[in-house]
Amino acid sequence: MASSFTRILAGRNPAVLLAGLGAGTAAVGFLLSESGALSAESKRSLYPPSADFPDLRKHNNCMAAALTPAIYAKLRDRVTPHNWTLDQSIQTGVDNPGHPFIKTVGCVAGDEESYEVFAELLDPIIKDRHNGYDPKTMKHPTDLDASKISNAVFDEKYVLSSRVRTGRSIRGLSLPPACSRSERREVERVVVTALGGLKGELSGRYYSLGDMTDSEQQQLIDDHFLFDKPISPLLTCAFMARDWPDARGIWHNNEKNFLIWINEEDHTRVISMEKGGNMKRVFERFCSGLKQVEQLIHERGWEFMWNERLGYILTCPSNLGTGLRAGVHVRLPNLSKDTRFSKMLDNLRLQKRGTGGVDTAATGDTFDISNNDRLGKSEVELVQMLVDGVNYLIECEKKLEKGQDIKVPSPVTQFKK
Amino acid sequence: MAKNCHNDYKMKFTGDEEFPDLSLHNNHMAKVLTKDIYNKLRGKSTPSGVTLDDIIQTGVDNPGHPFIMTVGCVAGDEESYEVFKDLLDPIISDRHGGYKPTDKHSTDLNFENLKGGDDLDPAYVLSSRVRTGRSIKGFTLPPHNSRGERRGVEKLSIEALATLTGEFKGKYYPLNGMSDKEQDQLINDHFLFDKPVSPLLTCAGMARDWPDGRGIWHNESKTFLVWVNEEDHLRVIAMQQGGNMKEVFRRFCTGLLKIEETFKKHNHGFMWNEHLGYVLTCPSNLGTGLRGGVHVKLPKLSTHAKFEEILTRLRLQKRGTGGVDTASVGGVFDISNADRLGSSEVAQVQLVVDGVKLMVAMEKKLEKGESIDDMMPAQK
Repeated sequence: MASSFTRILAGRNPAVLLAGLGAGTAAVGFLLSESGALSAESKRSLYPPSADFPDLRKHNNCMAAALTPAIYAKLRDRVTPHNWTLDQSIQTGVDNPGHPFIKTVGCVAGDEESYEVFAELLDPIIKDRHNGYDPKTMKHPTDLDASKISNAVFDEKYVLSSRVRTGRSIRGLSLPPACSRSERREVERVVVTALGGLKGELSGRYYSLGDMTDSEQQQLIDDHFLFDKPISPLLTCAFMARDWPDARGIWHNNEKNFLIWINEEDHTRVISMEKGGNMKRVFERFCSGLKQVEQLIHERGWEFMWNERLGYILTCPSNLGTGLRAGVHVRLPNLSKDTRFSKMLDNLRLQKRGTGGVDTAATGDTFDISNNDRLGKSEVELVQMLVDGVNYLIECEKKLEKGQDIKVPSPVTQFKK
Repeated sequence: MAKNCHNDYKMKFTGDEEFPDLSLHNNHMAKVLTKDIYNKLRGKSTPSGVTLDDIIQTGVDNPGHPFIMTVGCVAGDEESYEVFKDLLDPIISDRHGGYKPTDKHSTDLNFENLKGGDDLDPAYVLSSRVRTGRSIKGFTLPPHNSRGERRGVEKLSIEALATLTGEFKGKYYPLNGMSDKEQDQLINDHFLFDKPVSPLLTCAGMARDWPDGRGIWHNESKTFLVWVNEEDHLRVIAMQQGGNMKEVFRRFCTGLLKIEETFKKHNHGFMWNEHLGYVLTCPSNLGTGLRGGVHVKLPKLSTHAKFEEILTRLRLQKRGTGGVDTASVGGVFDISNADRLGSSEVAQVQLVVDGVKLMVAMEKKLEKGESIDDMMPAQK
């Protein structure tokens, strides 16, 4: 190898040579600068995109399905205004090949601009994950008018608790995978200051993860409010656990039915929840609380990340649009044993989880049932779908109790493709 | 600052706003890093783009343990040790017994300079092992490297190792693509290294893209082994059952020097300088990067009141037989040299050989119910 290249090398620009040699790995011996240091510029020419393209042969996630060598070559050297790169976005998907049955997303956004700068990769991923939603041509509807919801007070013999969650990002600051310590602290300051302005049934207080006392911590655990340092490699490989627990915390109102997580997987996660089946009230509080928080940050010159293509911008592409998961813990002892249960959920566009949340198993006959969709339908539409679906499931459960037969409902219509 | 440095955006914030909260931390980095040093270094970058926050992230994320002092930072490339010397020199001094920025490190891989080492009692010394690390010049280190670079290191390593002959003739097993049978064999031989789970390593970015570009090479007799792209570019290990440390060290030195020749031919020699010796990812492994040790049965000595003091005086450390962070099983300890920087390979292995010989003699005395007070060594 050495002899055939030494003639070419004499007096030629190393970068040009390298391009001519093709895949960078063949020529690694020949690009040391005077000092032997590998500079960032020479690295780019020494290793063309083909040398860095990840090995995704064993992978099953949306990123691996969408990323081609051509897309990678086009996007590899781009940088967002917050210095975030493609390699950083996809690292979590490279490190976590996925599961044959569960298709994870496999990439994250580092900032609002990621969705533009890396659109060639993220648009197909969004389409894949969100039932064909095309960000280039479609608009996402936002509707937080809780008065439009009907039939949303469930039979408490079946529904044990009701909950709605979403996320919100503060425009101008990098997202959890990318943020520096000062940006993360700024998110905390902005949000905590705003929450301090909440009154009445929403007034509450903030508990910083790093500063809380042992007894405060125990109380938050007992209330099932405390979030812990992420251990899921899906999150840690996406750099979201850096500097833990700096600038992380939990805010909740005195009534303990409105709760905000700060700087976990998103800038904020907003949760409204109650025991029992009054989803109407849960959603009303959710919408009212969100509106008030938004007003309070506006007063200080901040706003949430949102646009009409993608709705609310969040770290994971799976949470774009509404970022909304509305769900109940519901007892379905008979229905859950029926072979048609899964099909019914599919058609109602609902998903089941164990009562510990995502990736847990159900205990006994109680399930966490929530909406599947996030993008392309408004908050009101999704909550109404959840409400209608849960009502239907409860009716089926009651029928089965009486020995009557049930019907699988026809599929709920999707948005126009 | 290098162009397109990923640090540029962060420089818009002040050093005070960015300074990490180290109030609960107990590691070398946290002890040394002040706001002044942070402010001085945060705008800098090595030619390949490594910045201060890159090297300290692992120490920020892992506060440490009240009893165990971790280093709390890593190098992203060879130049890190120069560009960030205001932080790394004091850490190196703390970790390596007061080693000064002006000190010179001596390298001695001439196995013939080792005296003895072939007569450790195999009834007590169950196995002998010497390991070190090597970094390949012209590539950035595991915390920072791209997939292309890591694959480049792997490719060069495969070529270099393929030139070995005689007792060193062997085979490379890439982690990605080994058969189940090969994997089981490597586990049974205690050769297989797995994806790092320690947050000390994962927070430093060393597990990215696993298992791409990683693999294990070993010779036919399974006495010489090389890990590619784990915590360092290369980890080189010589080992065998029994107490013949002399033979292990001979094989170690011979094999290392042969491998080095091949890398040099490709203009990618090992990273080395006369101040820091061999340059490795973790500052704790600078100098020789050498850990030479034995698995030795010391049930009586290990429970003696003076055991720790003996180890300290002999400049040795104990670990459990599972390696670092494990406990001893059945009175068998892993005893190895504590030093890395400021003394040569020969000197460090000599301490192990002499020290273990003494401790075995002490164990035998204690078995007979005799005292070891007159055998206490002076501080080496």
